[in-house]
Amino acid sequence: MNEMKLEMKDIAIEFPGVKALDGVDFTLTSGTIHALVGANGAGKSTLMKVLSGAYTHYTGQILIDGEQIQICSPKDSKRLGIEIVYQEVDTAIIPYLSVAENVMFNDLVNNMDHKQLVYWSKMKEQAKAVLKKLNVNIDVNTVASDLTLAQKQMVLIARCVVGQCRVLILDEPTAPLSNTETQELFRVTNELAKEGVGIIFISHRLNELYEICNMITIMRDGKLVQSMPLNESLSQTELVELMLGRKYEEVYVKRVCKIGEPLLEVINLTQKEKKVKDINLVVHKGEIVGIAGLVGAGKTELCKTIFGDLPYNSGSMKLEGKDIKCKTPSHAVKAGFALVPEERRKEGVFVADPVYSNITVSSMAKYINRFSVINKAKERADACQMIQELGIKTPNENQTVAYLSGGNQQKVVVGKWLNSDAKIYIYDEPTKGIDVGAKQDMYELVERLAAEGKGAIYATCEFGEILSICDRVYVMYDGEIVKELNVKETSEKELLYYSTGGK
Amino acid sequence: MGKSIKGQRMSVADFVNKWGTILTVCLLLLIFTFGNWDAETGSSMFLTSNNIITILRSISITTIIAIGLTFSLTVNGMDMSIGACANFANTFIMTMFVWYNFSIGLAMFLTLLACMAVAVINTFLIVKLKIPDMIAALSVMFIFQGVALTYSRGGAITERMTRVDGSQAPGLVPDIFRTIFGSQPWLIILMLAVVLFAHFVLNYTKHGRYMYAVGGNPEAAKLSGISVAKYKVSAYFLSSVFAALGGMCIAARVGTAQVAAGDAYLMPSVAAAYIGFSVFGAGKANAFGTLIGAILIGLLENGLIMMAVPYYAMNIIKGAVLAIALALTYATKKK
Repeated sequence: MNEMKLEMKDIAIEFPGVKALDGVDFTLTSGTIHALVGANGAGKSTLMKVLSGAYTHYTGQILIDGEQIQICSPKDSKRLGIEIVYQEVDTAIIPYLSVAENVMFNDLVNNMDHKQLVYWSKMKEQAKAVLKKLNVNIDVNTVASDLTLAQKQMVLIARCVVGQCRVLILDEPTAPLSNTETQELFRVTNELAKEGVGIIFISHRLNELYEICNMITIMRDGKLVQSMPLNESLSQTELVELMLGRKYEEVYVKRVCKIGEPLLEVINLTQKEKKVKDINLVVHKGEIVGIAGLVGAGKTELCKTIFGDLPYNSGSMKLEGKDIKCKTPSHAVKAGFALVPEERRKEGVFVADPVYSNITVSSMAKYINRFSVINKAKERADACQMIQELGIKTPNENQTVAYLSGGNQQKVVVGKWLNSDAKIYIYDEPTKGIDVGAKQDMYELVERLAAEGKGAIYATCEFGEILSICDRVYVMYDGEIVKELNVKETSEKELLYYSTGGK
Repeated sequence: MGKSIKGQRMSVADFVNKWGTILTVCLLLLIFTFGNWDAETGSSMFLTSNNIITILRSISITTIIAIGLTFSLTVNGMDMSIGACANFANTFIMTMFVWYNFSIGLAMFLTLLACMAVAVINTFLIVKLKIPDMIAALSVMFIFQGVALTYSRGGAITERMTRVDGSQAPGLVPDIFRTIFGSQPWLIILMLAVVLFAHFVLNYTKHGRYMYAVGGNPEAAKLSGISVAKYKVSAYFLSSVFAALGGMCIAARVGTAQVAAGDAYLMPSVAAAYIGFSVFGAGKANAFGTLIGAILIGLLENGLIMMAVPYYAMNIIKGAVLAIALALTYATKKK
């Protein structure tokens, strides 16, 4: 493949009321892996949407090898060899179709010309060849809905490189991946770069950028901050400061909370399909208990089993010393449990509904009289107070949640439970896909609740987070708790050791 | 990141999107008013209080049944069995009166009870066996079309009908039943009461909020502590209740139970409820929207008859106007 240089010059784009991009320059050469970073709302995704033809009302120039080009539709951008893998893989995967069809999808759509029939054996062979080239081991006959998230992502990357891909945009590809899966992704990315593909890599996980990227472009508030080679001379702290435009307390200082009596005891809990087995854990008042484990270790399943969403067939739970049974989430909520689920948009918020009803949905009992009639004034007042308390960035309480950023949506989810006076908060990957600033807010929120005497279960695969925020940690491997550790006496290395099956 | 802010200024597209259906209703009113102008009296034959009441009465039953459907739509379901349920109610209550000579209260109570069988089977298929809503309700529709026919031995139920054993049916449809459920102004009042009730439940009570939540995002609703199954079941029961009420109104209005009389109400009800989505830009099933949808359909039928459009061409225009009303809303909708 020939050397190629892609230039975006003075790109600006406006939406009603906001200037999303303002005079941004961006240059990518083939064979490099170029990091694109910035806080949420910095304009990274918007810039990439311009490049991939999703937004067409931009001003400015796009040049390939010095020649000006027009990108007016996703088709244009595909023709130029620009491919994008969006963060939410489920929006691009067609769940009913097989892996082969999904991989060859662009081909099926664009290159059929006058052919009407699908040549199955040829298609499967091509798909197989592409997957093999990427060294990915997925059976092409599998139906896409049966794949794991990481596999779906690989299928999408394979889809992109079927054609003459010259620029590959990866939008937060590592957010949902475990460590091994991330390494696998890096290997594939590196191989593609070696073949001369220019790769734009968007990520909130800054440390991994050093591992894989050669160049970095930092954006803030729709403007370009800086574009430079990425190496050790730029420290992570400096990078964060460039992103935020202000100083950032790198080491999060944990607030010391008084740890009280046992609040929740889980005894020998086993999920019906054995997704989690023999779970014993205890959470005290004011304590933040971490659940560490790689993706697929069963953290989400554990959270959902405790919350009554997944059925369990043996074991018991005690809340404040009393036996409880949470057969459904509805029981769990009544008992005082709160779950901040991993898939925020799918499981946490009602995107089409306003902020206020999202905040009050779990605590309607507070707003109704005995005829179930809602006191809307009180409901709104409480919601407004919660918006202020949590610093949710929204024009007003009637704003549709879909228009909020990820971090703010997450705050809405937490606000929902705060408003319901829950006793035990279960957080499942609460900082997934939110930026550093919002992460900080999230930590503070978790700690504030602990200080108020609530119990917290904090499940995450970001071990750094566990170390900075939790008091105690249980390490999960293959659906079981394999180790209980005191956070003060452990390290990221040790957590990784046990969570990869070390004994 | 893709943060977009809703424009404060309302664009033309927004306006049409929000008011498209109402605009269509107004436009139709204008067209029919002047299309039926009587030069001699200098007034319109369409826009008379008599005719308006006629229209309202004609849409009453459709609206009542469509309100039932609206409830099922709020939980993102689709109760296709409403027509069959109305039909069954129609047949059943007629036999209560005509065959068994029961009193109004008892007859209505038993009919309602019998129609709950529809809801029970619907919810069993949908909530327990997890069959997709529409096809589950579709099979229930077939079942109850058959049940009604079998129960009536495949014929109409009329006063003084000759029964299978050769005897004459003893009972009559009570006058008071026919007045309250089948004649103006009572039927119109009943319709408005039903709409108000549904609006109240959906917008001012916890239950309505939960139903919309279940419809909007069942997973989030469940994890927020809402009993999704309970609210789906409630929605389908309400759906059957109103379909049954609609069916009883047919009996009161017509005074007989013709074969498959209720089935004819299915499609207008579906249309009314779906048109209702767009009214005031609600974007979801809502009671007033459904009423406006029914009015739109009722206006069309009435106006077209007055303008002497031949009955065989009527559906062409009806369908076209519906498509335009919906296009106004959906084609201008922002993605």
